[in-house]
Amino acid sequence: MSVIIFVELDNGSIKKSSLEAIYYGSKVAESTQTTATVLAIGSAEESALKEAGKFGAQKVLHANDGKLSHENSLAYANVLAQAVEQEGSKIIIMAKSGLGDAVAARVAAKLKAGIVSGVTELPDTSSGFTVTRAIYTGKAFASVELNSDTKVLVVRKNAVEAVATEASASVEVFAPTLQDSDFAATVKNVEKASSELSLTDADIIVSGGRGMKGPDHWDPLLELADALGAATGCSKPVSDLDWRPHHEHIGQTGIKVAPNLYIACGISGAIQHLAGVNGSKCIVVINKDPEAPFFKAADYGIVGDVFDVLPRLTKAVEAAK
Amino acid sequence: MKILVCITSVPDTTAKISFTQDNTQFNKTGVQFIIGPYDDYALARAVELKEQHGGSLTVLNVGTSDSDPQIRKALAIGADDAIRIDTEPTDSYFVAAQIAEIAQKNSYDLILMGRESIDFNSGVVHGLVGEMLGIPSYSPVMKLEITDGKAEFAREIDGGKEFLEADLPLVLGCQEPIAEWKIPNMRGIMTARSKPLNVVPATPMDDLTVLKKYTLPAPKGECKMIAAEDAEQLIALLRTEAKVL
Ligand SMILES: Cc1cc2nc3c(=O)[nH]c(=O)nc-3n(C[C@H](O)[C@H](O)[C@H](O)COP(=O)(O)OP(=O)(O)OC[C@H]3O[C@@H](n4cnc5c(N)ncnc54)[C@H](O)[C@@H]3O)c2cc1C
Repeated sequence: MSVIIFVELDNGSIKKSSLEAIYYGSKVAESTQTTATVLAIGSAEESALKEAGKFGAQKVLHANDGKLSHENSLAYANVLAQAVEQEGSKIIIMAKSGLGDAVAARVAAKLKAGIVSGVTELPDTSSGFTVTRAIYTGKAFASVELNSDTKVLVVRKNAVEAVATEASASVEVFAPTLQDSDFAATVKNVEKASSELSLTDADIIVSGGRGMKGPDHWDPLLELADALGAATGCSKPVSDLDWRPHHEHIGQTGIKVAPNLYIACGISGAIQHLAGVNGSKCIVVINKDPEAPFFKAADYGIVGDVFDVLPRLTKAVEAAK
Repeated sequence: MKILVCITSVPDTTAKISFTQDNTQFNKTGVQFIIGPYDDYALARAVELKEQHGGSLTVLNVGTSDSDPQIRKALAIGADDAIRIDTEPTDSYFVAAQIAEIAQKNSYDLILMGRESIDFNSGVVHGLVGEMLGIPSYSPVMKLEITDGKAEFAREIDGGKEFLEADLPLVLGCQEPIAEWKIPNMRGIMTARSKPLNVVPATPMDDLTVLKKYTLPAPKGECKMIAAEDAEQLIALLRTEAKVL
């Protein structure tokens, strides 16, 4: 009956967004009087998987077939469905991401489960099972009741404030039956910036727009990001112009982020850009135009030249360390 | 090659979002509807693929007659015919089941759609459809070539790209820069009027989820301005006041 949480691994560790999903899952388990089980797919040390216990999981199922080491939503959904069956789970939870949504969708169709993606709060289980989700790219919310016997929730970052304890989880090997058809596609190549912080996982994002003037002027922004331990993002024209890689593009047609702190440098704040950042806890805008629309969506604003302001912020961060 | 492109009809990206009837209905007053921007990328690539390889290109929408202008636009951009499943879409599962029902009957080689709709942003319909049809689904796809019945495509992953090759049929959720949005020309608009738009009834199914109520976010507080000369103060404020550092 336990609540099952599918987690993503990054270099053998559970991703931060997935740790949050575990905490979310453990709270759902508490309110529905059951336990929380984690499914981790891919190679990882037992010690790294035990981390799940700190966020409320009692048990971790670890599927570590070599064929599963490369991200594969088809196979992962199949493994998850088998774990759900073994555990008799009725509630399936994962963090929102490209992989999370893909696995959630396929598992929901396998199990005829109601699926809600973009969940922003813990469910209300006082009568029925109702969740709140972000819609219209964060411009509104909807409360949705799930009537299905099995339920799939894809949870947005910051849906809960995860608190770690000293608890530990048991780790069990999980050996699912794999299906050849899930491996029919050939992976030709993977291009990945290896040391980079993931945007959807990052607590702090420093992001640049056309006001950064060109691809050769990004250093001041990168230096501030470095000092803050932040990930870097950009507006659509910046990635369209190839000043920055496409996977940094934030907004309506790019990645949606919800960090604790979003620092926008030389971005005007078009509604399509705001749509990707309105889940942020705190927004700082640096723009030389006092009329830039972004200030209306900001918590802190500096009217100034990014090339003057950014280096000084970097120094101030370094000085405070 | 038989291509199906699923499109949504959604409020324009600049639309003001509000609700009526005790926050249970989206307020359409004064709102302009468009083809979902991601679906528009999928459609644009499908038109190019049809030009290269021949075959047929059908657009499909699950929606009421309110979607007809967007469907006509898709026909004007280059689809050969259209299917509208005549119903108010209720959730991702329902929409996917309707699409799968049609796809089952017509065995398409390629089913393309946007990576997500911009009204509900779930990003799960392609995965649901793929599983319902028992064929692979991938998203978000940003490059797609078809050669000899094989698809070569690139998918965005966390911090980079993955290049894949797979046999058809496939369901793909698309995003830029898979193609440039296409604007219908005069000839397209004229011919679109006579292209078939087949309206079919929905297949009934139980609601797995029920929308209870909409809410708008709490209004944003004032933006605290810091003079450029005192930029350094920002760091202290982020630490002590906003508590995000
Ligand atoms: C359907 C659709 C989808 C879209 N999706 C997205 C999306 O996902 N993401 C996205 O970002 N955009 C998106 N856009 C584009 C969006 O409308 C804007 O065009 C875009 O966000 C503008 O990018 P920008 O702020 O970098 O550039 P600009 O609007 O050109 O703004 C540059 C800003 O920099 C400031 N500036 C210039 N020099 C300096 C300096 N030295 N110091 C400080 N400030 C300076 C200027 O005052 C200005 O405010 C979309 C548009 C459409 C129609």
